[in-house]
Amino acid sequence: MSKTKLVIAGNGMVGHQFLQSLADSGRLHDFDVTVFCEETRLAYDRVHLSAYFSGATAEDLAMGNADTYRNWGLTVLTGETVTGIDREYKSVTTDKGRELSYDKLVLATGSYPFVPPVPGHDRPQCLVYRTIDDLDAIAAAAKNSKIGTVVGGGLLGLEAAKALTDLGLETHVVEFAPRLMAVQLDNGGGAMLRQKIEALGVKVHTEKNTQLIDAGEQCFHKMNFADGEVLETDLILFSAGIRPRDELARQNGLEVGERGGIVINNVCQTSDPSIYAIGECALWNKQIFGLVAPGNQMAKVALSHLLDGSDSFTGADMSTKLKLMGVDVASIGDAHGNTPGSRNYTFVDERAEVYKKLVVSEDGKILLGAILVGEAEQYGTLLQYMLNGIHLPEYPDTLILPNRGDDKQTGLGVAALPETAQICSCHDVSKADVRMALDSGCCTLADVKGATKAATGCGGCSALLTDLVNHELEEMGVEVNRDLCEHFPYTRQDLYNIIRIEEIHSFDELLEKHGRGHGCEICRPAAGSILASCWNDYILTENNVSLQDTNDTFMANMQKDGTYSVVPRVAGGEITADKLIVLGQVAKKYNLYSKITGGQRVDLFGARLEQLPDIWQELIDAGFETGHAYGKSLRTVKSCVGSTWCRFGVDDSAGLAIDLENRYKGLRAPHKIKFAVSGCTRECAEAQSKDIGVIATEKGWNLYVCGNGGMKPRHGDLFATDLDRDTLIRYIDRILMFYIKTADRLQRTSVWMENMEGGLDYLRQVIISDTLNLAEELEQQMDHVVDTYQCEWKTTLEDPQALKRFRHFVNSDAPDSNIVFVEERQQIRPATPQEKAEIQAEPIKLVS
Amino acid sequence: MTTHAHWTAVCSQNKLVPDSGICALIDDQQVALFYVKKEQAVFAIANHDPFSQANVLSRGLIGSKGDNLFVASPVYKQHFCLKTGRCLDDETTQIQTWPARIENGLVEVFF
Ligand SMILES: Cc1cc2nc3c(=O)[nH]c(=O)nc-3n(C[C@H](O)[C@H](O)[C@H](O)COP(=O)(O)OP(=O)(O)OC[C@H]3O[C@@H](n4cnc5c(N)ncnc54)[C@H](O)[C@@H]3O)c2cc1C
Ligand code: SF4
Repeated sequence: MSKTKLVIAGNGMVGHQFLQSLADSGRLHDFDVTVFCEETRLAYDRVHLSAYFSGATAEDLAMGNADTYRNWGLTVLTGETVTGIDREYKSVTTDKGRELSYDKLVLATGSYPFVPPVPGHDRPQCLVYRTIDDLDAIAAAAKNSKIGTVVGGGLLGLEAAKALTDLGLETHVVEFAPRLMAVQLDNGGGAMLRQKIEALGVKVHTEKNTQLIDAGEQCFHKMNFADGEVLETDLILFSAGIRPRDELARQNGLEVGERGGIVINNVCQTSDPSIYAIGECALWNKQIFGLVAPGNQMAKVALSHLLDGSDSFTGADMSTKLKLMGVDVASIGDAHGNTPGSRNYTFVDERAEVYKKLVVSEDGKILLGAILVGEAEQYGTLLQYMLNGIHLPEYPDTLILPNRGDDKQTGLGVAALPETAQICSCHDVSKADVRMALDSGCCTLADVKGATKAATGCGGCSALLTDLVNHELEEMGVEVNRDLCEHFPYTRQDLYNIIRIEEIHSFDELLEKHGRGHGCEICRPAAGSILASCWNDYILTENNVSLQDTNDTFMANMQKDGTYSVVPRVAGGEITADKLIVLGQVAKKYNLYSKITGGQRVDLFGARLEQLPDIWQELIDAGFETGHAYGKSLRTVKSCVGSTWCRFGVDDSAGLAIDLENRYKGLRAPHKIKFAVSGCTRECAEAQSKDIGVIATEKGWNLYVCGNGGMKPRHGDLFATDLDRDTLIRYIDRILMFYIKTADRLQRTSVWMENMEGGLDYLRQVIISDTLNLAEELEQQMDHVVDTYQCEWKTTLEDPQALKRFRHFVNSDAPDSNIVFVEERQQIRPATPQEKAEIQAEPIKLVS
Repeated sequence: MTTHAHWTAVCSQNKLVPDSGICALIDDQQVALFYVKKEQAVFAIANHDPFSQANVLSRGLIGSKGDNLFVASPVYKQHFCLKTGRCLDDETTQIQTWPARIENGLVEVFF
């Protein structure tokens, strides 16, 4: 069968979703796909566009990826616009003069910002806010501007205003309507929002109709309003609504709406059945959907139709929740009470600047809409009431009245939700989907997020999802038992607090006071780690030794044959020639297999237990220290050479890396911790894949947290930007100690973050705004660990008692005859069982 | 091969590490010895880990599961009962054990 020729115009968010769904369907091989992408960049996350001004790069925002597309076998042409369609011959032409025939054509051309045709609108420094290129232009224009003005006080306009304040401009918002966010909010909500935003320094001008833009006296522009007033500004951003990009449809006689938009049916076909339209360019039932979730839905429906499936588009809910300049705003359903007979409940707290409104049906049983400004915690619950027509409680006002703590939370029980209830709208995940994920083996929140993608979009549904997952697990009889193990009826966090508060210094004391039995391989190392994090005593004291895994006991990493590997610390990966020679000499003398690690140091394998002290004596004599490669502790701080050598470097990344490694070396934590420091945004040290990543900027250091490589890679979150060195270190102190205080056993920072209620914002509040009043304590705790650092190998070599354990046999000097090596690529490796049998296990000679 | 099993002195008591293990060589056999503080008792089991084929059980962590005292293999973490040698994770696997005691400051194994 010959392949269907599929042409796609537009590679924005929805165009990308279409390709992703096609790949997920496993049917790529049935199609010959060509994608035209007008922008020079492949699809990126427009929803989070503003993050570009707070440190995110174009790569961070990228959704489409050239390699992935290539692997999928797509032909993708960037910087090329479809300019014409010949419906009779079924072909498209482009601005590069290309002509290409299609069997099916998908229009995913999105929309463009509407710029009112005011005289002067085309002056320089009059810009819009839609693409990364737009943002670059804004940033450039902002450099020589003092005042910036946004035309349009809607959702996007306010986001643009935030961007201008971030760029350091005095910011004005000019709105034609009498209030902000006129579509989503009523007068009360709009007024509250205005009050809060003005308190943040943005000047709001409502009921202003711009009639002319010309040259200003103090500033570059002067805006002249119909009421005679004027406003001088250096930069103007138009955000006066969007218009569908339907020009291709118009040229070719496809049906378009009165006010624009390519008309589509329930399967997203245009008036020509070979042509589909999806996303913001499409008009369904006289409606344009300016959000990504309905667009994605259309992409899936159009694809389903192409693949002979039966999905159909049935409209979408346009409720929204967002944070505008730190202000929570939400609008649900019929927020204006347009439904005949509807009744309102409102709650206003002028001191806390909170406005809430419920719109209910005439009989008071059904929620029709809601507005929340200043606090939007109830968004998830209210949305579910509205979407599912669930009967309201007897006194619906309890849903918006503040909970003073003495009465039970009136949130909607997740049990009441129907199976079809949509939990995550960004990724269209229903309650049934979540239950299915749990049935097929997911048993934690993180698992469910991974399997369904729920709560990984805008994050608005995290609280609801958490409740649902916990509830379902309990229903399934999975006791959500968070006890550490059978010996302690506590979580790791509880034990940490107990040990701190009661100043417990030994496992025996902990077990006697709070546990039972003998302990086990779970609670012993967990307690050992907590004791070390808190008090930082030598890990092989009589009290501590029985808590350590074999790696910690012998301060080396046990390999599959019972031998160990040795990794001395090479802070920041910087090493002198002399030290490098010592490593070589030691490796040679003890016949060790040598390998360079990913953390920029050297791993020496094949050391027998009894050799470890001799090896370490030589290393310590040469100035090395233990590298803690065996511990759940700080491993390495990887770095690039930075500004010292690199022609791109903007700061001394290697120097900082060495200081950081020396500061945190020996710190024990719930799991291993890796750092990296890059000298510029080229990011050669791969800092964004580390627990703590630092990248030099022109103005200081950007701090990324909770990244991970390994089995479940996770990009670090940009935590703070342009920090000076002291602030950077204090933030890291606090973050690490807060992690040690609150993480589960063996929980990497990435999973810790994924499971943290409130996520990155919450962590910022704790660490930067110090909302828990913990900062000082955390810093002191870290200072204690830093001040009490010791090289454990040095201490051990000075302690004859501890050294006694470094023998294979307590009653013989013989080595373990089971350890046999053969040679491969000029080095040793453990013999396989067959090889062992052949060699007849003659003990290899000890090097004295 | 020994014909008559008897109490064999292995090492002095102070070589034991409380709640942890050491390894002794008895008649060419590797024997892991554990001293459990709360029970004030010493246990002797084979040092060979049947899952990893490495001689390392003496380097495992000890603990209890219900009433069973165990050592967890440091390689793949299976639990072996200190009293019976049974693997608590796999019924078909059992390792050798020997009676052990402390007499006059010496650790003795009935071998
Ligand atoms: C600042 C900002 C914040 C937003 N915040 C949110 C939010 O919080 N929540 C939400 O749901 N939505 C939000 N949106 C809206 C969301 O980004 C859009 O709904 C979504 O991007 C629509 O996807 P699309 O693929 O239809 O259009 P687009 O993403 O605009 O993609 C269309 C692409 O097609 C290209 N194109 C057009 N014509 C052609 C042609 N003839 N040939 C080739 N290529 C062509 C365009 O250059 C463009 O790259 C926001 C938008 C902006 C700008
Ligand atoms: S990250 Fe920047 S400074 Fe460091 S090596 Fe790469 S290009 Fe140079």
